Amino acid sequence: MTNIYSSASEMADSLAKKEYSSVELTQQHLDRIADVDGKVSAFLHVDAEGALTQAAAVDAKRVRGEKLSPLAGVPLALKDILAQKGIPTTAGSKILEGWRPPYDSTVVTKLKEAGVVILGKTNMDEFAMGSSTENSAYGTTQNPWDLSRTPGGSSGGSAAAVAAFEAPLAIGTDTGGSIRQPAALTGIVGVKPTYGGVSRYGVVAYSSSLDQVGPFGRTVLDAALLHEVIAGHDERDSTSINAPIPQVVAAAKRLDVKGMKIGVIKELSGPGFQAGVSQRISESLELLVAAGAEIVEVSCPSFEFALAAYYLIAPSEASSNLARFDSMRYGLRVGDDGSKGAEEVMSITREAGFGKEVKRRIILGTYALSSGYYDAYYGSAQKVRTLVKQDFEKAFGQADVLVSPVTPTTAFKIGEKSEDPVAMYLSDIATIPVNMAGIGGMSLPVGLADEDGLPVGLQIMAPVMQDDRFYRVGGTLEAALLSKWGKPLLANIPELGGVA
Amino acid sequence: MTLDYLDYKAATEKYEPTLGLEVHVELNTKSKMFCSCATEFGAEPNTQTCPVCLGLPGALPVVNAKAIESSILIGLALNCSIAPYSRFARKNYFYPDMPKNFQTSQYDEPICVDGYLDVEVETDDGAKVFRVDIERVHMEEDTGKSLHVGGSTGRIHGAEYSLLDYNRAGIPLVEIVTRIVPGTGKYAPQVARAYVTELRDILRSLGVSDVKMEQGSLRCDANLSLAPIGSGELGTRSETKNVNSLRSVERAVSGEIERQANRLQAGERIVQETRHFLEESGQTRPGRSKEEAEDYRYFPEPDLVPITPDANWIEELRKRIPEKPSIRRKRLQTEWDCPDKEMTSLVNAELLDVVEETIELGAEPTRARTWWLGEISRLANEKEVLPTSLITTEFVAEIIALIVAGELTDKLARQVVEGVVNGEGSPKEVIEKRGLKVVSDDTALMLAIESAISAQPDTAERVRGGNIPAAGALIGAVMKATGGQADAAKVRELLLRHLGQGE
Repeated sequence: MTNIYSSASEMADSLAKKEYSSVELTQQHLDRIADVDGKVSAFLHVDAEGALTQAAAVDAKRVRGEKLSPLAGVPLALKDILAQKGIPTTAGSKILEGWRPPYDSTVVTKLKEAGVVILGKTNMDEFAMGSSTENSAYGTTQNPWDLSRTPGGSSGGSAAAVAAFEAPLAIGTDTGGSIRQPAALTGIVGVKPTYGGVSRYGVVAYSSSLDQVGPFGRTVLDAALLHEVIAGHDERDSTSINAPIPQVVAAAKRLDVKGMKIGVIKELSGPGFQAGVSQRISESLELLVAAGAEIVEVSCPSFEFALAAYYLIAPSEASSNLARFDSMRYGLRVGDDGSKGAEEVMSITREAGFGKEVKRRIILGTYALSSGYYDAYYGSAQKVRTLVKQDFEKAFGQADVLVSPVTPTTAFKIGEKSEDPVAMYLSDIATIPVNMAGIGGMSLPVGLADEDGLPVGLQIMAPVMQDDRFYRVGGTLEAALLSKWGKPLLANIPELGGVA
Repeated sequence: MTLDYLDYKAATEKYEPTLGLEVHVELNTKSKMFCSCATEFGAEPNTQTCPVCLGLPGALPVVNAKAIESSILIGLALNCSIAPYSRFARKNYFYPDMPKNFQTSQYDEPICVDGYLDVEVETDDGAKVFRVDIERVHMEEDTGKSLHVGGSTGRIHGAEYSLLDYNRAGIPLVEIVTRIVPGTGKYAPQVARAYVTELRDILRSLGVSDVKMEQGSLRCDANLSLAPIGSGELGTRSETKNVNSLRSVERAVSGEIERQANRLQAGERIVQETRHFLEESGQTRPGRSKEEAEDYRYFPEPDLVPITPDANWIEELRKRIPEKPSIRRKRLQTEWDCPDKEMTSLVNAELLDVVEETIELGAEPTRARTWWLGEISRLANEKEVLPTSLITTEFVAEIIALIVAGELTDKLARQVVEGVVNGEGSPKEVIEKRGLKVVSDDTALMLAIESAISAQPDTAERVRGGNIPAAGALIGAVMKATGGQADAAKVRELLLRHLGQGE
């Protein structure tokens, strides 16, 4: 019998043993989406026909005895920022309404080649600018743990889909925490790989030097399996690293941290963090010590400036990346009544097509790059970036991995921060340095906060192209937590109704 | 007070021009700067495009390695330093023919810097060399092409609608920027023309561009300012675009000197602006004003990695830099003992290379030049193709050798060339198939001579009697009988001997 509550790796095993078909598994997930997505609003577009066709193709190959990749036939939810040929791709923006890309992003090509079944496109903050999905032009996604709360963002739709058992796996992108923060807020595993570890070709760009694609799963192993499918050098992406993919699946299965040094970042702990969050993090560290790891404290003094620098670099690049949305070649066009010139139509379309936060960042970035301000803003921010990198380098000289909470708080209420951009920006304070330095990081669910019963995420960070390290620590800690709890964290999630 | 109009002479007696030139060169790489689309000129609109050069969401650029190689070759030929580290930058501005609304270019970190090019200009005191300092050579991508339909000016304002062709979007461009060229005086127009000519020849000799100004693969913008002679000041400059031929470069600069001089003379100020050159009138008209300098918000292109060419590779490329075309021309002209006018024709027809090759294959220089410039060019003209596409230098050399050996007459050789051009095979094969060999076989000729004599016995008698000029009629008959394939001198010799008049 198919079981949507099992992990992706369990599903993959059952498919391999022909206990059920991919068509059956896919159909069950489509039914689940039909059943609960009215409450969660994780999906912007469900491609039932395409998914079932893909599933049938995998089943046929399996019947013929062809060699299949480990995740063949397992369904997945795709963040709506990745181009998928012929499938609406909006990046959460009105300005791309109706656009169907004529090409596949490299990640989608790899997923298709691996036989991973793409169920549909998930909701997100417009152009990945936000931490709650409230900036989506198509409505907010609800957190399956508490429907009055946000699932985080920007990849909130992908995270909610996995937490709500609408898909066992999902793809997100992370520019300042957009995978790790929603993973933490929904109690699942989310990974931002090393910058350059996964191709960005076909990913609608927000901030090119920070954007990175990564996996969501309900277990560390699931995330690792998906990571190996999407990672690797791509000649279409000049910033993609030409080196062997870190052995993340093996690391996830290793379940051993003896002798590893785990650095706790002094600046990312203490009074700024919710008590229930800090408590779960401390307990996790105790479990790691019990498993043979050593805890050291490290200091990263320049992290203090990272958030401010991020909000200069990312909007600067965004102001240029988003200039192409001008109504000339694709997407929305407003006000073209034959009486207006090209420039005026561009202007009216951009006014109508971009949301408030996107406009805010375009204006901020345009200003930061302006002649006379460039050195003070963009230039200084790049210097901070160098300092953040140096802090990490120093810290990694003292520890194999670094840890911190993923977010200062658990999931917040929808509307709570949407009128206060700075409060919203602060929810990424612990995740942004990772993007600034181009290293990788994982969000691992480590329990529920006492005060609100909502999930808490531990962030585990490793040096460039050493992503296997956080899979190793994450896998070990996950096993220790499971044996402590006796059941997975997601077993505590409220039932959303419908089929079990 | 009415002021007299200053003509060019008066203008340059009063004002000192300062020149600056920006040349854009389309590289002739097979694929575009940042994607693998084809670059062929004249294809159906929007058939050479892809997600990258259309700037579709998510698409990313990858640098064309051949374009980097070409840029370095250009830099080396212009005596530049090659930057061990250079970067692309984004130049942000909105225009419908720019798919991304930013141009990927180079800004403060260009690939080549600090070079020079010496050009020779005829002055009142004879030939003089002017050194034009090169500030930078940088890479960028071309924009698409807009066609504004309706309205009177072909400009976007007032147009009914505009058509966009993105085939050109992303074609590799190299921009070569000079420093200001001081001290040209009244020779500014000639220096400008000589510079662009020399640059064009260098680019052609490097094989990096088609350098066709009329097709836009080489475009020149001329910056010009005037200041009173001796003032030591630098005036406000204008930038003249749309200069589409070498002659226009010269005309645009002289026209602009005259225009600015008369404005200054009238007490008006020069507006810093872009001006468009009008081919018909030789005048310029104002384009967009640069009074409020546009802010392009340059920043390093985050989608590309820095360019760090290997020093050994640069040295390898340096070995490939050919002799400077102006020096080579002088050398060849001397070697071939070629008149000025013919040399100019060869250069203009782009036949120097093939003539040189033909001569290297053993052909006699005068004949090599004559055949390429004459019969082969004539056939090429007829067929509307390049002479070099019609016949190989080996075949031309072979034909010339046969002429020199007396085995072909010029007339026969023309038929051989025609046969080769028509695909009938090698010269030997054509001669064989068409039976074009000079008839030197004495027996065959003697038969023809005897039949001519028996046909004109009276004429033969007169020749026997010492009337040598009368032999012409008999020779003519023999030539006619042999279809013109006989060597007339040979016929004459045999005929006279046969009639008892030979030595």
